[in-house]
Amino acid sequence: MSPGLYIHVPFCRSKCPYCAFYSIPSPSLIPLWWEGLKEEIILYRDRFDPFDTLYVGGGTPTSLDPGMLKRLMGYLLSHLKATRDPEVTVEANPQDLTREMIAALKGSGVNRVNVGVQSFDDGVLSLLGRNHRAEDGARAIEGLRRAGFGNMGIDLIYGIEGQDLKAWLKTLGTALSFQPEHISCYELTFERKTPFARLREEGRIAPMGESEATAFFLETSGRLEDAGYIHYEISNFARGEGYFSRHNQKYWHHVPYLGLGPSAHSFQDGRRWWNLRSIRGYFSAAKEGRPPVEGREDLTREQLRMETLATGLRTKAGVHMALIRELPGWAGAVSGLQASGLVKVLEDRLIPTKRGFLVADQIPLAFFQ
Amino acid sequence: MNNTMKNIRNFSIIAHIDHGKSTLADRLIQFAGLVGERDFRDQILDNMEIERERGITIKSQAITLPYVSRKGEAFELNLIDTPGHVDFSYEVSRALASCEGVLLLIDAAQGVEAQTLANLYAAMEHDLEIIPVINKIDLPSADIERVREQIEVDLGLDSDQAILCSAKEGIGIDDVLEAIIDQIPPPEVEEGPLKALIFDAHYDPFRGTIISCRLFSGCVRPGDMIRLMYNNAVYRVEETGIFRLRREPKNRLSTGEVGYIISGIKTVRDTRIGDTITLDTDPAPEPLPGFKEVKPVVFASVYPVASDEYRSLSDALDKYRLNDAALVFQKDSSAALGLGFRCGFLGLLHLEIFQERLEREFAQSIIMTAPTVQYRFTLTSGEEVVVDNPVYYPDPATIEKAFEPYIRASILIPERYMGAVMELCLERRGVNSRFNYPTPGRIEIQFDLPLAEVVYDFYDHLKTVTQGYGSFDYDFLDYRESDLVKLDILLNGEKVDALAQIVHRDGARPRALQTCKRLKEEIPRHLFKIAIQGAIGGTIIARSTITPFRKDVTAKCYGGDITRKRKLLEKQKKGKKRMKMVGSVSIPQSAFVAVLKSEVG
Repeated sequence: MSPGLYIHVPFCRSKCPYCAFYSIPSPSLIPLWWEGLKEEIILYRDRFDPFDTLYVGGGTPTSLDPGMLKRLMGYLLSHLKATRDPEVTVEANPQDLTREMIAALKGSGVNRVNVGVQSFDDGVLSLLGRNHRAEDGARAIEGLRRAGFGNMGIDLIYGIEGQDLKAWLKTLGTALSFQPEHISCYELTFERKTPFARLREEGRIAPMGESEATAFFLETSGRLEDAGYIHYEISNFARGEGYFSRHNQKYWHHVPYLGLGPSAHSFQDGRRWWNLRSIRGYFSAAKEGRPPVEGREDLTREQLRMETLATGLRTKAGVHMALIRELPGWAGAVSGLQASGLVKVLEDRLIPTKRGFLVADQIPLAFFQ
Repeated sequence: MNNTMKNIRNFSIIAHIDHGKSTLADRLIQFAGLVGERDFRDQILDNMEIERERGITIKSQAITLPYVSRKGEAFELNLIDTPGHVDFSYEVSRALASCEGVLLLIDAAQGVEAQTLANLYAAMEHDLEIIPVINKIDLPSADIERVREQIEVDLGLDSDQAILCSAKEGIGIDDVLEAIIDQIPPPEVEEGPLKALIFDAHYDPFRGTIISCRLFSGCVRPGDMIRLMYNNAVYRVEETGIFRLRREPKNRLSTGEVGYIISGIKTVRDTRIGDTITLDTDPAPEPLPGFKEVKPVVFASVYPVASDEYRSLSDALDKYRLNDAALVFQKDSSAALGLGFRCGFLGLLHLEIFQERLEREFAQSIIMTAPTVQYRFTLTSGEEVVVDNPVYYPDPATIEKAFEPYIRASILIPERYMGAVMELCLERRGVNSRFNYPTPGRIEIQFDLPLAEVVYDFYDHLKTVTQGYGSFDYDFLDYRESDLVKLDILLNGEKVDALAQIVHRDGARPRALQTCKRLKEEIPRHLFKIAIQGAIGGTIIARSTITPFRKDVTAKCYGGDITRKRKLLEKQKKGKKRMKMVGSVSIPQSAFVAVLKSEVG
């Protein structure tokens, strides 16, 4: 399978209080990052087969100005080999999607835009510390459609204590009204060292309880499936198999991918490495012709198997029984999980059920004696 | 009488725990010049790591101290260190039998405690000269006058003879030494063939068993053929000698002396503490009195956490036994826990030390089941059976009568705790209470208690209800008829044999409820519901439920999340390896231990 390419744009207009990704609100460092990125491309360009997905994420790629973004896309597509029909995704923030920005995306080979809408409820948006309003989301999506984007994704978040299920279903309804090809619904994670984690310690904010979150999850799945979406991964829904995120699936199946930019992760031939989480550090390393790598790991067979199990059981496709049958005591574990209604075996694959998705972090443990 | 004998003193130090026995021993060793201040390591006689840590002596040891008196006369003082816990009272009695006198050590701040009394009685039984020593006089809380009064009134000893010292500060040590030579008589002469009392044996990987003994008559030297009178086994003596800090060979041991014999005995199990050694060529007609075979009173099974570590555990036990003759074990197998060993111990402390040493010194990851005492049953067929493992509990329909062992507990407390202690003892089925008032403000409570109730965290409770002021000692009494039942614990309907317990019928329900509650706290949530039940026969008498995980999932799993996810899984996998699978339920090691503990306070 062809490898994937990820570009990390480590800039945001402002930091969201729940986000743990590496990004800073300092546009003055864009030139440094850009220079570093061009150097890094030289380091790796001959080491990967042609890419069939390109994913520009961050941070907020659309926090770059349209000219810069255009230059970035042009540079990537001319300096790195791609297959004939790559999936080219850019993550976008609703209020950045001006007519000019949309035109820049359209004109630079982007064929998939993933919009960080998060909610169509102004109350929730302000709780999440987002700097846009519900109407910005709607306008952005309409603008993308008008410009002819036929493959579009919407990101939504839920999970704060006290959040109203009815209001959430209304957000889902609004999202559905745009008939996006892809919807991601993330339960909010309180990542370490984020402002939300601190607020949680101080008791000023809390995640919703287990039974509430379960209800949100199941209602979301039911609602989107009723609308014709495939719940193909724990947090991901697509309006057809052709709209699964081709790029993200590479992460779950040990397909090689190259991540460029500060903090980006890469994987190839059983080795995973990740870049420095500092623009200056990243730049100086790349400038000297050194890989701007912070760490790496070489995965053993055992570790690869564990990851396959963990990521595979988060997807509708599950994992092949051939892999399961290599695990000691697998038969008992499978029948136990089946009896609890957490998995089923279909066409020689072990497939998680909806309730299995809900305890996906626990299921692999059933296979360890 | 030969000249040397009159300059030998054989003595022991006896004390309540923490009254400073080991510190005083170390000071005496230092005073004798066997060790310089620079090399002075605390508690030289307590060799084992655990002994040093817990501050208690587990095995008897001996050391010969050279001492020149104030008058300039040279003496050999044999200090025989005794174990300081009631589990080892037989070893103590054999060590005392090897002495002519004791130092009865009393903490100047704590005063007389339960073990002080028990030790005094033991010393009196052996007709020993008793020198009271008041230790820790340097403490701000020391109350020497009060302790003197206790010595007079509680102990019935002459308090004017009490020596004042601080072993920690090195104060009064020479007074102690002078009192030893002045007050303790030299060994008595007894004519006749060799009679040496074995009071300890330990294992040396190069020399085999090193026997510690006291000679009451005759003499022994390398080349002699000795006979152990217990089993008439004969060995050739390779080496004799005395203990300094190391073994010091000596070409003969004579009447009255204390020393060691090495004679190619492979394991300490081939010797018996309390046995008499004589010469094969010129045997003594009678062994020394007082020999008794020690029998375990508390039993528990031990299993490796990982079943493929059975061999390693088996090897560890074989090695362990080299130096612990009191430990008995045999193969055992549990449906729940696989292959393991059933072990017998002298008491709970012995069991705890065993568990700690196995884990620490022998690097074994083990699960121990609840300790049990030995029950006796008369069956309707007239047959008598002894059961020390709940797994072998007889079919209730065939039981005519059941019996359980009783002890007489002696508890010494300040008077204000009397109510709390009474309540505790009655709750533990105590009967036949008696009270002594040794001094104003203090009370000694005696109770007949089922041993099983003491095994079950009695001492922890006593310490709690008396805020640490209660001290406790016990003696075996007898077997008494009792109404016993077998309490089964079921996980998802499956009996877990390793969690079964034999209990008194009246205590069955509370115990069952508590076990269920404890297991609920200790067993982590699973992907399925876990029903925990306590049952007698087919009747469920207690239950609790562990609800399954409803939701445990991370929302995002992209580039950087995968490593994190895998590392967490690896950690969880390791944690799971330390658990025991019973059916499909993973039980942490801690659960087996937790069911033994009831709520304190």
